[in-house]
Amino acid sequence: MAPHMSENFLRDLVLEEALPQDEEKKPDTTPKKTVQMPVGVPGYTLQDEAREVPESEPPVWPTNKDLKFVGQSVERWDGAAKVSGRAKYTADVQLPGMLYAKFVNASVPHARVVSVDTSDAERYPGVKGVHVIQHVFGGAVLRDPSLEQVKYPVVRFAGQPIAAVAATTPYAAEEAAALVKVKYETLPFVVEMDRAREENAPLVFPGAADQAGTAGGGGGPRNVSQTGNVHGPSIKKQGDIAQALKEADVVVEGHYITQVQTHSALETHGVVADWKPEMLTVWASTQGTASVREELAAFFNIPASQVRVITEFMGGGFGAKFGAGNHGVVAAALSKKTGAPVRLMLDREEEHLSVGNRPSSDQLLRIGAKKDGEITGIHLVSYGSAGCGTGAGCAGPATNLYKYAALHTEENDVFINAGPGAAMRAPGHPPGAFALEQTIDELAVKLNMDPIDLRDKTDPHPVRRVERQVVRESDLWKSRNPKAGADTGPVKRGVGLSQSVWYRFVSMNSSAEVRVHRDGSLEVLSAVQDIGSGIKTVLAQILAEQFGVPPAQVAVKIGDTNYPVGPNSGGSVTTLSLTPAVRDAAWQASQKFLADIAHAYGASADDLVLVDGEVRSKSGKIKPVSFRRAAAKMTTDQITVQAKRIPDYDKSKYLTYGGVDVAEVEVDTELGRVQVKRVLSVHDCGRPMNPSLVISQINGGVIQAISYALYENRLLDPNYGLMVNPNLETYKIAGSREVPEIDVRLVEAYLGQSSTDASGIGEAAGVISVGAAVGNAVYNALGVRIRRLPMTPAVVLAALRRPQPEMELA
Amino acid sequence: MNAFVLADCTTVDGALSQLKDGAVVKAGGVDLLDRMKNGTAQPEKLVNIRNIPALRGIEETDKGLKIGALATLTEISEHPAIRKQYQILSDACGSAATPHIRNMATVGGNLLQPVQCWYYRSADFQCLRKGKDLCFAFNGLNQYHAIMDYRTCPAVAPSSAAVALFGLDANVELVSSKRGQRVVSIKDFYVHPDANPTKFAVIEPDELLTAVVIPKPAAGTRSAYQKYGEKDSFDWAIADAGVVLEMDGNICRKAIVTMGAASPVVRRSAQAERELTGKPITEATARAAGKAAMEGATPLSMNAYKVDLFPVAIYRTVRLAAGQMDRDPRAAG
Repeated sequence: MAPHMSENFLRDLVLEEALPQDEEKKPDTTPKKTVQMPVGVPGYTLQDEAREVPESEPPVWPTNKDLKFVGQSVERWDGAAKVSGRAKYTADVQLPGMLYAKFVNASVPHARVVSVDTSDAERYPGVKGVHVIQHVFGGAVLRDPSLEQVKYPVVRFAGQPIAAVAATTPYAAEEAAALVKVKYETLPFVVEMDRAREENAPLVFPGAADQAGTAGGGGGPRNVSQTGNVHGPSIKKQGDIAQALKEADVVVEGHYITQVQTHSALETHGVVADWKPEMLTVWASTQGTASVREELAAFFNIPASQVRVITEFMGGGFGAKFGAGNHGVVAAALSKKTGAPVRLMLDREEEHLSVGNRPSSDQLLRIGAKKDGEITGIHLVSYGSAGCGTGAGCAGPATNLYKYAALHTEENDVFINAGPGAAMRAPGHPPGAFALEQTIDELAVKLNMDPIDLRDKTDPHPVRRVERQVVRESDLWKSRNPKAGADTGPVKRGVGLSQSVWYRFVSMNSSAEVRVHRDGSLEVLSAVQDIGSGIKTVLAQILAEQFGVPPAQVAVKIGDTNYPVGPNSGGSVTTLSLTPAVRDAAWQASQKFLADIAHAYGASADDLVLVDGEVRSKSGKIKPVSFRRAAAKMTTDQITVQAKRIPDYDKSKYLTYGGVDVAEVEVDTELGRVQVKRVLSVHDCGRPMNPSLVISQINGGVIQAISYALYENRLLDPNYGLMVNPNLETYKIAGSREVPEIDVRLVEAYLGQSSTDASGIGEAAGVISVGAAVGNAVYNALGVRIRRLPMTPAVVLAALRRPQPEMELA
Repeated sequence: MNAFVLADCTTVDGALSQLKDGAVVKAGGVDLLDRMKNGTAQPEKLVNIRNIPALRGIEETDKGLKIGALATLTEISEHPAIRKQYQILSDACGSAATPHIRNMATVGGNLLQPVQCWYYRSADFQCLRKGKDLCFAFNGLNQYHAIMDYRTCPAVAPSSAAVALFGLDANVELVSSKRGQRVVSIKDFYVHPDANPTKFAVIEPDELLTAVVIPKPAAGTRSAYQKYGEKDSFDWAIADAGVVLEMDGNICRKAIVTMGAASPVVRRSAQAERELTGKPITEATARAAGKAAMEGATPLSMNAYKVDLFPVAIYRTVRLAAGQMDRDPRAAG
């Protein structure tokens, strides 16, 4: 699409599993047909476009208004099971003879482990096994491992797991874990990023270290220089930034600081592992059954065929639940050692400390523009800390939202002695957008332009243009006073907007099986897990649309690696990757079904169609018969079809999605309190397969973003390197009273890319942009810009007392 | 959590007979179980008093009000007589924590909770108030700590109910099997850390808090309490104010102004009260009271903002008590 959108960026985002829409090496000989597909936004830009697609592809679906089940707000397939408590999560799994495991975690932020004495723990009544960890997952690893000659992994953060105990009760496990004696040789540590950047700072690693990403992104660039604790810079340049800024009529710049946020999913990480000689079965709270299987098979050097991973229900992941993790490996090792199933669920403190977080950022951003709003150059220098990991880069929004003549970004990771970062809902984008979208807002002020007009000038994305139009016509936006700080009285109202961008990633590792039974019942099976977005419901809708039966009657069986492989749920890939495979399987099953029963009706298969739950004859030779009755004529008990994802129809397109979010705030200037009153979220995600599920994801994203902007903050004591708020009491998360009125408007934006033409929403869903929208709304209320998160009373009052001077770029 | 013995009692005498050898009283269990789970409390025996009927109930007497130790924060905040005559107490109990916690938390347990300082609440920090030498907050993270009246420990008074009871001149009834009953004024109930860092209140290990007694308010008394956090749902106060005004027509005959989140023990601000006593309640006098309350404030490295917040909390609560302002939508509860 737009030439400025960096291919490099796309590569660097490291959705390792999601990326390859493998370019076929050999010539594509699949028979093709040309179809007309709806492309664009109904009511704005919708038109038919031609696509060449494999002949086996099902007929093109019309837009949502002409479908019966798909595109409708069908009730959540497993909603009743979830709210009634019938749904069994990992922690609910009870196996005969199951043991309970508990980690022994490091009590210091940086140390060599001299010895681990497990003898007292092993003697404790009820204890069946103790495991001492030899390899720690998560975090960066030294490029040259020989720099550390150690028996046990070096402790790089307080809370790093060192060992684990399995016992017959959770209480015995906890008591015994406390009896494991770890002898440390403590090392100097640093937990403040500014301090870690200093020349004489204690070193987190004795040499250069890198962190791999996961299926959900995260991780940082490799092959960059490292100086002390500073891993980077990773530099990207397009055009001549110095020249571009010189040619600008106006240059705005700001220094933005964002905090560390932890994932804080309601359900903690955990597994139940059952090691049997012929099969390792693991119930896991994971957003990637495939990734757990892959890691366990590799770690224990057993074939993938001997590992089964089950995730029937899960309570949230937000990017931190890929792979087996330390808990998965340790539970499996303990199960192998003891011969009994082992449950290992983390507690809330461990969640905060050791299984991932959204890295901090410290950004210097400078944007130059012409008088008419045309951006000449964007210059971003960022530092951020993912603890003892990498992945704090945040240049995505600056790189991919607007047109510019020149771009220069330098991203640096700074190691500190804290738990490693992990992919978290739109990695890098919430902090990046917080700086970028406030700077664009500031540019509009300097140019005396309307913020929407400015974006119309500089943002080439056709769908966001429609979304801005929706915003422009909304009552909320119309109620905005363009003059900042205009309200009199201590409580001031403001309205601000921000945009977001995310990318179309497709996981080709997506397949499913559809079964038609002789009694007319239907099944769909895939190893995909439901991270909470409702993929089960969507799969049922697809079969319902094909066979004309109500979605609630479709049996959906997912979250088990015994089924055809499914995508890991990260980077907004699940729905757009898997649903075309399911539709293709359903379509092919319907064709196989018609061929199978045609003989019984004396018809030819070509003459039969399956429409609205009826088998009909095109020629009118036979009377319509219900699908259920026709199924009784099947020649076998079951018709089975498997299908896998085929590449997007038009791979030449580089596609992004996004949205525009508007926040209305009230700022009590005496208390420094910011309250978000209303949010208008206008978003696109291709064909919304189930609007109420999409809206539900956006509601969650908006709340998570408000929580990030105003409340959440991982606090580490600088003198001892320990987290002081590892709970959900003083680690503050938005509660029911912090939730504003949220108005979500979905913009259908057809892309013509697959048999369902679905897209993703998880990342763009308000998470990226609402923080910046709140920032811009606060500016609109006060005439003072808050450049630091979270915007607590202390931060707001400080800004009101002393508006920050604009800072020079380093 | 360590293993422990649970002694379930149904009478006060039964409970008192169990209170020995390190036994700890458990009422609603809200705060105690948190501390046991994070390892900062490891009692060998819990004496469960939750099933003692004699400790329940809220009773109006000729002299005032008697609140059983097991009355929950919800019961207190919703009690019609308390809402009418002791608004400050209804406000304070109704703004604590969350509805779920208020349904479980008892007034006795609320008054006896130790400080909420995150160093005190962590098993990793052995601080002054656990009998060691060091306070970690002075050079550490102290954004929620005290701005006044601290020398040894700047953790703030955690109980909102106590802020109200200081304003109402309440008494606390304590009983032990050896020494019988004694009545202690709420003003004398808490122990300042400078005097004894490990003893939070005068109650002895063998004593049970059985009731809170509040005298009848003088004619013309109006009161209110407001608490401000960083958020509304489930947060501790970063500033709060309890105000009791004895009004004689337009003139304030007597004023009591109390704060919880400013200091280690609930503070009555004589300076604030002086600005109101004998004067009409106006925008100006209410502002002056708020300002005066911060005289002598010495914020720590990270909490200077609190010095800005208390005058606002006091100003708005004085006006609320006087009926000149609505309840602040930005206050919790």
